[in-house]
Amino acid sequence: MNRQIVKLFGFIVVLFAVLVGFTSYWSVFDAKALKEEEANKRPLLEQQQIRRGRILAADGTVIAKSVPKGKGDALRFVRRYPEGSLYGHPIGYSFVREGDSEFEQFHNDTLVGENSEFSSILDELTGRNQEGNDIVTNLDPLAQRTALSDLEEQGFGAVVAIEPSTGAVKVMASNKPYDPNRVPYELEKLNRNKIETPLLNRATQGLYPPGSTFKVVTAAAGLESGTITPESTIDAPGSIDDEGHILANDFEEDFGPIALDTALTNSVNTWFGQLGQQLGNDKLFETMEKFGFNATPPIDLPEDEVEPSGVSGEDGLLTARDPVDLARVAIGQERLLATPLQMAMVAAAVANGGKLMKPQIWNRVVDPDGRVTDRLDPSEYSQPVSAETAAELTTAMEGVVSEGTGTNAAISGVQVAGKTGTAETPGNAACGGGEEENQAWFIGFAPANDPKIAIAASVECTEQFGNDVAAPIFADVAEAILNGE
Amino acid sequence: MSSARNRELTALVPVAVLLTAGFAAVFAQEDTRLDNLSLIYGAYFLAVCVATHIFLRIRLPNADPYLFPLVALLTAFGLVMIYRIDESLARDQANWFVLGLVLFALTIQFLRDYEVLERYRYTIAAVGLLLLLAPRLPGIGEQVNGAYLGVKIGPLAFQPAEFSKIAIVVFLASYLREHREVLIVGARRVLGVTLPPLKHFGPMLVVWGASMFMLVFIRDLGSSLMFFAAFLALLYVATGRFSFVVIGMAMFAVGAWFITSTVPHVHDRVEIWLNPYNDPTGSGYQILQSIFAQADGGLFGKGFGQGLITIPGTHDALLPAAQTDTIYSLIVNEVGLFGACAVILIYLLVAARGFKIALLASDGFSKLLATGLTAVFSIQAFVIIGGVTRVIPLTGVTLPFISYGGSSIVANFVLLALLLLISDRARREATEPGGRALSLGERP
Repeated sequence: MNRQIVKLFGFIVVLFAVLVGFTSYWSVFDAKALKEEEANKRPLLEQQQIRRGRILAADGTVIAKSVPKGKGDALRFVRRYPEGSLYGHPIGYSFVREGDSEFEQFHNDTLVGENSEFSSILDELTGRNQEGNDIVTNLDPLAQRTALSDLEEQGFGAVVAIEPSTGAVKVMASNKPYDPNRVPYELEKLNRNKIETPLLNRATQGLYPPGSTFKVVTAAAGLESGTITPESTIDAPGSIDDEGHILANDFEEDFGPIALDTALTNSVNTWFGQLGQQLGNDKLFETMEKFGFNATPPIDLPEDEVEPSGVSGEDGLLTARDPVDLARVAIGQERLLATPLQMAMVAAAVANGGKLMKPQIWNRVVDPDGRVTDRLDPSEYSQPVSAETAAELTTAMEGVVSEGTGTNAAISGVQVAGKTGTAETPGNAACGGGEEENQAWFIGFAPANDPKIAIAASVECTEQFGNDVAAPIFADVAEAILNGE
Repeated sequence: MSSARNRELTALVPVAVLLTAGFAAVFAQEDTRLDNLSLIYGAYFLAVCVATHIFLRIRLPNADPYLFPLVALLTAFGLVMIYRIDESLARDQANWFVLGLVLFALTIQFLRDYEVLERYRYTIAAVGLLLLLAPRLPGIGEQVNGAYLGVKIGPLAFQPAEFSKIAIVVFLASYLREHREVLIVGARRVLGVTLPPLKHFGPMLVVWGASMFMLVFIRDLGSSLMFFAAFLALLYVATGRFSFVVIGMAMFAVGAWFITSTVPHVHDRVEIWLNPYNDPTGSGYQILQSIFAQADGGLFGKGFGQGLITIPGTHDALLPAAQTDTIYSLIVNEVGLFGACAVILIYLLVAARGFKIALLASDGFSKLLATGLTAVFSIQAFVIIGGVTRVIPLTGVTLPFISYGGSSIVANFVLLALLLLISDRARREATEPGGRALSLGERP
């Protein structure tokens, strides 16, 4: 009988091995899918028991915190946003039932203190509960407030301000704002609002025709590729023939042969249209892509809440291989759409000697004991233009503010470089379908000789021009930041 | 001096240390301060174990030295888990642990000549079947989750299936010891399949019928599977005919399939097993939550006392029957895959020691009894762990020595006592000068 007993034991070993196999499958191999299962409320319930870390502005202002509710086993934490709608974008919200968005979603693991398996064992041995880490952002409260209140005066739109040398995002404001504290009560109502779309972060999801602000990119491509020099001139008549269409200057003004400085200062369409034609698809798209177009901007927000900018085709964004009307792309029209974040990146790259830093909202992570465990390490995304080209562009952009189309961006005592933009958006449903509606823009940086801040401001549905509505916002926000330093 | 008992004593020390550490962990979790109560609990546990050890030293000096420490380890682990769920349940469990040890001692004291069991095998079988039927008797029967597993007489409630499994193994071991020769010799080959002789086919049919009967009347697929698997294991060991096992399995499968498709409760259980997501908040809730709890455990678990059992702020169960059916899921949740593997390994070590006893035993009855008891114990662990991990349909069988439940603890200590009795005799005969030589190569 002994042989059978040994075989029987072997069979039991096999049975137990099956148990180990199934347990491994559920607990490790299939665990991720199971945690995302609709019927599984465990991850949410557990997160609710963790004191989620706070989110702070650069000066320590509390933007988001978790407050305890209930006692003992019933203890759970609820998210509060003391500043209300001021930071609804880009911070977003985090609630058990409604889920999370924007910054709260992107940095979720850090905020709940999700550690590696090994360090959680260490926590267990030291008898310590999982606690969330605080995150200090780069957001500047005064500038953020200025941006949002200016926008609320001018209309729907967005402002993004980036420190050129580090990529630190100091302002990201979107009008119409929303109060994240209201999300548990009126998420559905907020979602239903298709006109004001308060949950849409216009800074990263608002796709607008960039208009003349895009001429900075066209000029960069011209200088960088050697197609033009700062001295070379192009004859700029009142209008030119563009693939059978007419492309004209404002009031069909004839500028004659002029160089880059004059062309940018006066935002001459026929000059930049011809430059675009001379550049060709490859050179223009190469520079665009180095500035961040045709890709999701590398910012610390969820990928599905950040739109890539570019020339939109029927199946996504067009590339250098697709036929486009180059003259009109070169002046920021055609089917070209850009987010305020993208245009702020253009300004920041020029301001930073041609180096584009990855824009980041977070600055540092502080653990529950007050130790800084992680700090933003500024990293370069690309170098769209050389330092020399950047200096030449800066000079041209200074002319725009000192004597050209963007004089309202001037700040007393500070040299400003920038570019206005006014794209006609007749029949835009979001603006109520009026025929006189424009998308007004201003991008720029200050001080021009030692840039501390690069800003893009964009206003929807206005009958006015970039210099009238967007340039003053730039000046206010830039002043708020420069005065605070 | 007995070296086996010294090894046992040495093995008990880490068990008590583990128990103390476990309680300390729960205390640290609940009060965020270390309470010296954990040391007191650890000391009590060690004292009870040492008392049992001294008893074994006197009565069964040659018995297997590892079984008792292994079982003590399982019990200690169970106590900590239950304590973590509900303090008062742990107090009950500790009392049953002591009661189990008393019955353990009584069994060893009065059943030293356990062959006496053979003489009463039909009585024992009848008692075993009666126990199984008791939950269906009016007045004392109790239905739990659609299955009839409990009996309630006044304040005393117990699960008779836990005791009847021992009775039935005793009967089968005795019956097969006597009839194994004829089962082997009388076998015929029909169409290439070796069939047992018709004359002796009857009793096998009775056993098959009994387990089918259990399915219908007690409505518990788990117990039915456990009994029938133990029967097949014994049949295989006794006769060495694998074909008998295949025939038995086929018969069980056909019967189970037929009953599954006709008895609604059993059918539901199988349906939930196959498609738990059909009703995630109703009938599929328990198995789904059991699996979600495991998914949350990962490799190392969330730590003792960290897992969620009820929905915070309410008394609604997030892991239904955490102290009984789904205790294994809670183990995976709190100590992770590694902890769960350690638990499975302990069961495997118990099985290894049990089968070792069967190998060492010299007479047929002892061999079969040790085999049967070990098999029924291991399969019980498989049925419930398999149930909560969705290997098989989930049924209400307890996880031996770990699950909350007096019947389970007490019955399994009686089972352990029988194993140690067999072991003591086998090892004494093997080591005695002039004793019977071992015949490890013995063939049926």
